[in-house]
Amino acid sequence: MSLVEITGLTVAFDGVRVLHGIDLTIGKGEAVGLVGESGCGKSVTWLAALGLLPQKARIGGRVMMEGADLLTMPRSEIEKVRGARIAMIFQDPSSALNPIIRVGRQIEEAIALHRGLTGASVRAEAKRLLDLVGIPDASRRLDNYPHEFSGGQNQRVMIAMALAGNPDLLVADEPTTALDATIQAQILDLIVRLRNETGLALVFISHDLGAVSQVCERACVMYAGRIIESGPTAELFRQPRHPYTNGLFEALPRLDGPRRRFVPIEGTVPDPRHMPAGCAFSPRCRSARENCHHTQPALATLSGTRQIACLHPLSDSPASERQRDFAVA
Amino acid sequence: MSADIITAQGLVKDYASRRGMFAPPTTVRAVDGVSLSVERASTLGIVGESGSGKSTTGRLLLGIEPSSKGSISFDGRPIPAAGTSEWRRLRARMQLIYQDPLAALDRRLTIADQVREPLDVHNIGDAAERRERVHELLAAVGLRPDHGRSYPHELSGGQRQRAVLARALASRPEFLVCDEPVSALDVSIQAQVVNLLTDLQERFSIAMLFISHDLKVVRNISDRVAVMYLGRIVEEGSSEDIFREPLHPYTQALVSSVPQPGTPLKERIILQGEPPNPANRPSGCAFHPRCRFATARCRSETPALKQTTDDRSVACHLVAVSTAQPSLEGVV
Repeated sequence: MSLVEITGLTVAFDGVRVLHGIDLTIGKGEAVGLVGESGCGKSVTWLAALGLLPQKARIGGRVMMEGADLLTMPRSEIEKVRGARIAMIFQDPSSALNPIIRVGRQIEEAIALHRGLTGASVRAEAKRLLDLVGIPDASRRLDNYPHEFSGGQNQRVMIAMALAGNPDLLVADEPTTALDATIQAQILDLIVRLRNETGLALVFISHDLGAVSQVCERACVMYAGRIIESGPTAELFRQPRHPYTNGLFEALPRLDGPRRRFVPIEGTVPDPRHMPAGCAFSPRCRSARENCHHTQPALATLSGTRQIACLHPLSDSPASERQRDFAVA
Repeated sequence: MSADIITAQGLVKDYASRRGMFAPPTTVRAVDGVSLSVERASTLGIVGESGSGKSTTGRLLLGIEPSSKGSISFDGRPIPAAGTSEWRRLRARMQLIYQDPLAALDRRLTIADQVREPLDVHNIGDAAERRERVHELLAAVGLRPDHGRSYPHELSGGQRQRAVLARALASRPEFLVCDEPVSALDVSIQAQVVNLLTDLQERFSIAMLFISHDLKVVRNISDRVAVMYLGRIVEEGSSEDIFREPLHPYTQALVSSVPQPGTPLKERIILQGEPPNPANRPSGCAFHPRCRFATARCRSETPALKQTTDDRSVACHLVAVSTAQPSLEGVV
């Protein structure tokens, strides 16, 4: 049962296309990871879907939720979706909170807006939410200002605010990137716990493959404004078939095994104003052949639940593939 | 010639801090008795969370900030007072690169001009030699000559960090402090810059202090690793040993907290509580409020950094000294 269905989503700024047709379906209660490097369009996809991009952005395609298209909805309608049906949290919690308003009031504002509660019940709900996200001594902490909380606690407060409207979907955009390692683990643990308790669907946007593998059932890898590979997280991570996905794993230093030289992906992400012909990854791809440089591969089903946009996918014996790569490096 | 390029003994750094406009100043101890040494042409990694004093330690070593206590010697001789001409001469031999290359570069100067600046400052070579050296440096870090004519905003993040590196290498340093040098870069570019750093280190025999919160990067680049918690080194050893078998409960949690593709969340140690605040230091072992194994002794007595084996030091009451296989399991 799908909750949100994105089809052919495109975004252009000043005539430069940055998103080239995204097709993505989020099921009820499903956790989907969006992985990719800076500028690949993973955040823009959701900012566009929720109408949060600046006026000058040209948006095409459809974002369907229960038979209605979020992209063509009047403002009054989309405002009932944002926060109440789909909530979003961002990387830097301290810049998302108002520094001169007590945390309790900021959470209460969200509750009053989305749930129409008033008086003491708002306060009680705010306390329940702070408890839920694991802030000790919640009733007293409601009267604190954001600067009196640590970075990890502020991210918990943001999650509490996001949950205020009882949303069906939480879009978390790099929620742990700015946090210390041990606090990052706490927040990931919290997100997993909240999903189990509330049945919330989750879109987890991150450049951290490790974090994605721990909270998501399914992952989509994006490159230069396109989804280039998707599938169940465990399968995708065990056996990446797109050379870019494989490259991301190779580039990731490991905590086990012998210390070894890093395996970078040579070159840089293409400038959206000067996209290469054919597959956008072809100039950096070690498996690229002649046709990659002029034919744009479409995202097609590889087998069952796996999809890939590549003319020459890696073989499905990743072990030998990797060994060969190590030998070259 | 000693094996160590730089040695620090008992470094302490206090900052004065005010809680309110009229409150009396209090001292915050950011670094609390750190002793370390970096061998020539090798890498010492420093890991820890924000507020652990890892960056301050790097700045103290370079003399950018004066230490409140302790001594530092470089190449067997005490470091002269900051600001003196001897110190300035010495600074040519030790350089710093940090996280944000855009902040480290002057937006109004071309890359080549900025790479040449240390040569001008330290009066190295004549005009033609400097031009030649800038060329060499750009090539060494993998930038094209036309990048030299660009301004910082025209380069990508990875290219900017290469430019910063070229400038740091201009005066042929023997010691480089790298403070989160690749943290702002994407994975694929991070790998390029780390490889470049290790290649240059080998080629020019540079010793490095590599400060990072990213354990995966530190493990693969460092020969030795020091783990810091609230201004102190709590564990020190070879990179292999520390990550294969962390002894200090904090190191164990830190290593376990790194999300690894394929490792389920359930099997990880999730530390409770917040990273510590240096202005509000817990009594005894600073880690005890978050430690699963803490005993009464940990709350009252600060453990010293002691050698456990020939090659390993740990500051924890619960780790037995002089055994290769200490076990914390019995304590649980």
